[in-house]
Amino acid sequence: MELDGKCPTGPMESRWTRHKASIKLINPANKRKYSLIMVGSGLAGASGAASLAELGYNVSCFCYQDSPRRAHSIAAQGGINAAKNYQNDGDSVYRLFYDTVKGGDFRARESNVYRLAEVSNDIIDQCVAQGVPFGREYGGTLGNRSFGGAQVSRTFYARGQTGQQLLIGAYQALERQIGLGKVKMYPRTEMLDLIVVDGVARGIVVRDMVTGKVSSHLADAVMLATGGYGNGYFLSTNAKGCNGTAIWRAHRRGAFFANPCYTQIHPTCIPVHGENQSKLTLMSESLRNDGRIWVPLKKGDTRKPGDIPEAERDYYLERKYPSYGNLAPRDISSRAAKQVCDEGRGVGPGGQGVYLDFAESIGRLGESVIRERYGNLFEMYERITDENPYEVPMRIYPAVHYTMGGLWVDYNLMSNLPGLFVLGEANFSDHGANRLGASALMQGLADGYFVIPYTIGNYLAQGKPAKIDASHPDVKAAEADVNDRVKKLLSIKGKRTVDSIHKQLGLLMWEKCGMGRNEAGLKEAIARIPEIREEFWKNVFVPGSGDDLNVSLEKAGRLADFLELDELICRDALAREESCGGHFREEYQTPDGEALRNDEKFAHVAAWEWKGEGSTPERHTEQLQFESVHLATRSYK
Amino acid sequence: MSGSKDINIKLRIWRQKGPGTKGGLVSYDVPGVSTDSSFLEMLDLVNERLMEKGDEPIAIDHDCREGICGACSLVINGVPHGPRAATTTCQLHMRSFHEGQTITVEPWMAKAFPVIKDLIVDRSAYDRIIAAGGFVSVNTGVGVDANAIPVPKENAELAMDAAACIGCGACAAACPNASAMLFVGAKVSHLGLLPQGQPERQERVLKMVEQMDAEGFGGCTNMGECEAACPKEIKLEVIARMNRDYIGAKVTKRPKGADKGGGA
Repeated sequence: MELDGKCPTGPMESRWTRHKASIKLINPANKRKYSLIMVGSGLAGASGAASLAELGYNVSCFCYQDSPRRAHSIAAQGGINAAKNYQNDGDSVYRLFYDTVKGGDFRARESNVYRLAEVSNDIIDQCVAQGVPFGREYGGTLGNRSFGGAQVSRTFYARGQTGQQLLIGAYQALERQIGLGKVKMYPRTEMLDLIVVDGVARGIVVRDMVTGKVSSHLADAVMLATGGYGNGYFLSTNAKGCNGTAIWRAHRRGAFFANPCYTQIHPTCIPVHGENQSKLTLMSESLRNDGRIWVPLKKGDTRKPGDIPEAERDYYLERKYPSYGNLAPRDISSRAAKQVCDEGRGVGPGGQGVYLDFAESIGRLGESVIRERYGNLFEMYERITDENPYEVPMRIYPAVHYTMGGLWVDYNLMSNLPGLFVLGEANFSDHGANRLGASALMQGLADGYFVIPYTIGNYLAQGKPAKIDASHPDVKAAEADVNDRVKKLLSIKGKRTVDSIHKQLGLLMWEKCGMGRNEAGLKEAIARIPEIREEFWKNVFVPGSGDDLNVSLEKAGRLADFLELDELICRDALAREESCGGHFREEYQTPDGEALRNDEKFAHVAAWEWKGEGSTPERHTEQLQFESVHLATRSYK
Repeated sequence: MSGSKDINIKLRIWRQKGPGTKGGLVSYDVPGVSTDSSFLEMLDLVNERLMEKGDEPIAIDHDCREGICGACSLVINGVPHGPRAATTTCQLHMRSFHEGQTITVEPWMAKAFPVIKDLIVDRSAYDRIIAAGGFVSVNTGVGVDANAIPVPKENAELAMDAAACIGCGACAAACPNASAMLFVGAKVSHLGLLPQGQPERQERVLKMVEQMDAEGFGGCTNMGECEAACPKEIKLEVIARMNRDYIGAKVTKRPKGADKGGGA
């Protein structure tokens, strides 16, 4: 099936404006007659829920955390992009759009990306109006820093805590609506199924994580803003609770899953310390503004970094990509790190690391300037590694960080299931095969503040489907499915803990479907994942009961879904016989080791349809049109 | 990493089946803990071992494990977030402990933070305080250019210092009076230091303090335990700002409803 993204046509720069002018509206007095469900309270979820409530809709918002303020958007460090051109350095909406399309290796939808660049400026205005304390210059105007994949300074920041401050802004807007009674908040509540009636999304089934009570909630539309699925690799920079359950349950109910193999491996994370490692910690890409990345020139050089003379160091990013240097995009920087480590030139335990060195910047700018810019990041590094990065270079290594893939949505952010909308990292729409730094915050807030408030009205104005209540057989069936699954997980009483199986799955994914992928490895993973899945359903041990707070039960349900989702990641990676962005197929590379796209065969979105347990999913496509940016080999040299 | 080794420790951990049930400290011997692992990774290890024996794991709140989400909340040897200054539990590493040490782990203790299970408490009171007034009432789409509101760098930095609060609750847990004034003061300061926060400055402080009292938090008696426990180093000065705003608002704020209505 060829999918239609329902993008407007005509001049790119006026598409969103014309679309907004043509879509249907709901009368202000009628908005209160509609109820909406938002799952997730991160940047996309909180901003969307607050904005829709401000418009007058009745919103129910759900999150698994104890408070909406803890969603993992909070951990984003470096910044948020916008095309303000406050630096007078040649930035524009077009340039942000161009950089994002190119950065995504020409696998994103042009119309969506242009809209994203266009509303980026409104986001900064909105956040400042809310009181987000962005970094400022002495004259009182907003400051900017540079990020990877761009040659302008367009990133707005709040120290190394930009995600936190933007989320707190959205959270406060959300709490204001909770106080006004327009949003009903359900913390510690996890969505475990989507209710679909006659092909239309009508509600969700949730489990109260404190009492264990399973209940259903019905609404006129359901929005998922539940983030990415990086924890499918066990070790990632995601929070421990981040999971793919909401989108996977929706997928099993008919929503197409697009480009699952587009996973972002972030180049600058703190290396693994040992087998009890529970998660990985990112060191912001902004550090690459002043830090230089290098490894020893010689294999197996075990001298201390300070003892290695300049002439015997390889600043490999500066060498290979002179015009972008240490600010080469994430996918390229990560692969380059893997390459030098594979050559035996990695540093630290097991040779799985490269240096990120601030000695030159400290010499040029002084330690106090570096401390002002990155002090909290340096402290975090020191707390984790017990090494002082002002004195010795940081050691970093790539780690799973973000997933560009997600549920397929059209230009209105609606999935192929009418009534189901998907926002933020949970959808697939804006970043193509690689996301640029400081663009995740931008997309989450664009979707929540400035896209969904318009596009959902257009859907609702098309008329209400027949009224249903909790006694509808499809609602009852979805609830029964959830209850059965909870009972089943508790009844297995096997020998393996959830985490031990999750680690096994994650290691397989990292080895076979990580930074480098090939046909044989992917086929092996596709054969082995069902074996691990079988082991899980036969031999997992979930202690406790379903009637109270049960952390093991929550984790088991999420792992059960990753055990299916991960297989789809591998299938998608196998089917995409090209290299693009974060998806690097070793068979498809240029003589100097760069990604080799195949635009003739693969300039499309792959959207997978669930065909039932034990059946092979079906791959649909949406052809991508490049009208404003010409398809070209991506070069950062 | 420098000086990594394995140590053997003894834990005394608060176990409590559910809200309103009686809890108590239970001892566990924990051999073979890498000093490179974080405190939560040590608890992961304990939980894995418990489950291998068929027991229920210890329930704890945690999520980002990067010191920013504010979910983790353990009183370690009597100190919220443990012995290391300016460090959340999740960023605390086992190299802060020594061979043979006994470590006592308890939940946040404050009337307004009831225990849900083991070490997990209900901190929704903090959300309700924000909902009462911890925001700028501006709807999406205000459309004023961001640089049209200049903010002196010094104020922006001070606002950011206060805005760094992660809402973890350590301040109230550390306070002998279980006062939440560091938390409330941080939000009052963050918004009160910025031009955007001025229109609602008086209303905000009155409503937040009213909600704080309604939740059952105690008053501040200048002990300073909150500042010492705060993982984000929020200073007592935020409480001073809050008190000053509160007194000013109490004296000069007109009662609600005194505004004249109008419109076409």
